[in-house]
Amino acid sequence: MTEMKSIESRNLHPAMNLRSAPVILDVQHVSVDFVSERQTPAHAVMDLSFMLREGEMLGLVGESGCGKTTLMLSILRLLPAAGRIVSGKIDFFERDLLDLTEAGMNDIRWKNISIIFQGAMNALNPVRTIGDQIKEAIVVHFPRTSKQSLAERIDELLEMVGIGANRKDQYPHQYSGGMRQRAMIAMALACNPQIVIADEPTTALDVMVQAQILELLDNLRHKLGLSVILVTHDLGVVAEICDTVLVMYGGVSAEYADVDSIYNDPRHPYTQQLLKAFPDLSRPKDRLIAIPGYPPQLNALPPGCRFAPRCPQVFERCNIEQPALYQLGPFHQAGCHLLSAS
Amino acid sequence: MQSQITVSGFGGFWANLKQNSMGVFGLIMVLMAIGMALLAPWLAPYDPNAPVKVTIDDIYAPPSPEHWLGTDDAAKDVLSNFIYGSRVSLTVGFFASFISIFIGGAIGIMAGFLGGRVENGLMRLTDIMLVIPDLPLAVVLVALTKPSLLNIIFVIGILGWTGTARLVRSQTLSVKERKFVLRAKAIGAGQFYIIRRHLLPLVLPLMVANTVLVISLAILNESTLSFLGLSDPTTLSWGQMLNFAFTRGAMSAGAWWALVPPGFGIVWVVLGCTLFGHGLEQILNPRLETHHLAVGEEMVAREDSRMTPGEIVELT
Repeated sequence: MTEMKSIESRNLHPAMNLRSAPVILDVQHVSVDFVSERQTPAHAVMDLSFMLREGEMLGLVGESGCGKTTLMLSILRLLPAAGRIVSGKIDFFERDLLDLTEAGMNDIRWKNISIIFQGAMNALNPVRTIGDQIKEAIVVHFPRTSKQSLAERIDELLEMVGIGANRKDQYPHQYSGGMRQRAMIAMALACNPQIVIADEPTTALDVMVQAQILELLDNLRHKLGLSVILVTHDLGVVAEICDTVLVMYGGVSAEYADVDSIYNDPRHPYTQQLLKAFPDLSRPKDRLIAIPGYPPQLNALPPGCRFAPRCPQVFERCNIEQPALYQLGPFHQAGCHLLSAS
Repeated sequence: MQSQITVSGFGGFWANLKQNSMGVFGLIMVLMAIGMALLAPWLAPYDPNAPVKVTIDDIYAPPSPEHWLGTDDAAKDVLSNFIYGSRVSLTVGFFASFISIFIGGAIGIMAGFLGGRVENGLMRLTDIMLVIPDLPLAVVLVALTKPSLLNIIFVIGILGWTGTARLVRSQTLSVKERKFVLRAKAIGAGQFYIIRRHLLPLVLPLMVANTVLVISLAILNESTLSFLGLSDPTTLSWGQMLNFAFTRGAMSAGAWWALVPPGFGIVWVVLGCTLFGHGLEQILNPRLETHHLAVGEEMVAREDSRMTPGEIVELT
């Protein structure tokens, strides 16, 4: 039933070591609604839990519109006006971020948790220099930094991501796409955060530059001991650099496991389908199989399992009851009725 | 890592302005008017406030070596009146437009950035101000208050902000939705900081360019009010000169020299402001900056690349 895909196991982060590292972010049963006056609320994220350990890179995978970005913005409490976090807890170093005041949250933002947005061009202010915008993050949190050390820090950050310090007085339009993304990474690291959320950092970049950016991110993570949440569509990237993977479907967690289990022993039909839809270099003759249908509309969800209408192994119960998450191993969860027997 | 670093600050500003010949032209026109207003006591051949002995021949006397632009209905030198008149016109123009821009900018940014009820209230107020015809309201307001220079400035200022408010609001709305504002929130920056560091730099160029255009409107308004006889009769402005010339028979006397100079002055300043305003808009918006792109013919800099028609090129 499960198609085995082999990946080389990596020696960068021994799994055991990772499991003993302290948990710094614990997201528990978070649900996010988008409210509007005329329509029923759209349940963008429902009952979602995951945790992030020190030095861990978590890959967040799923189709467009499945709630990945919403979940990430909820962590920073930056949802658009219609977004509401209706339940759950987001513990950061055992403090619930949802209990904080706006001022308290402002203090956490960027200093402890920073974010690299998708589309660097839009995330940079076109009328201010790159150096000035990197400086901004430091000044907001450490207003008494001297000019001298600010300048040194900016140079250091730019060098760290491979941009010459002599380019700090240039404007975003004078940078190439890859450089802008590097500058965004430099910006994200400005205040030495514990967590960096990388929301599709490589969209709209060509494959070579994508590889460079991801390698940079991975290197910096090891060098600085960062925890990274990497939001992406690219399962190849996830296999390459992530330690753990959370597969989302229609706002819920479909499967959550370490990267080896996801690739070698996927248990949720959606994960299995997703892997089949992705090319595997070791079996070049295999046909790619697309998943028929579309992701569900978030304000008109099927009553049972959200994946039921597209699932090849659907049976009666799937259309009636929402599946619970089943614990399949010390670090492997999946939400599917097929797993209830085992 | 050789790279061209952009010139910024005032050096860059002048370098850019020099490229924009219309803007430079407008600036020169405005500066000439300001210079004339400042140096009026030295430039004007006569003191317009000094009493003159009048004979019938001195009234609407045509241009002559003593009076280059002739005399007006009170036998005063038109050239001197014209030079001194620029002072009032420019003062009213500048101060009234600053009031307008300040009110309009503040209302536009607040409405755009805060949204919701605040926006609704402020924009309805703007709409109401917009549909009330300016001129009759100005006439009423000036008539109710004393027609002094200060009141005129104030009335023109508080009637002229609606266009700016709508312009600034729409720009604010579009800037507010940009990703870098979300990034600034993610950085942990407060609302005031975001307005100051992210919104203003993108709204300000528009406001500055708009200021220069509003100055020309304010000068026109002042001239209109003066022409209608609603200004302080003791202050001398271009509109006042037109009013006196028009109501005191310059037309029937054929004294074109009493009408043309103030009219010319108004057109000069308004045109100068408009040209300069458009020039500023192009410079202050860095996204319109194109100097890093080679243009047209210059783009191909290879020496051997030009071919003349009919030329036979040998490829070796």
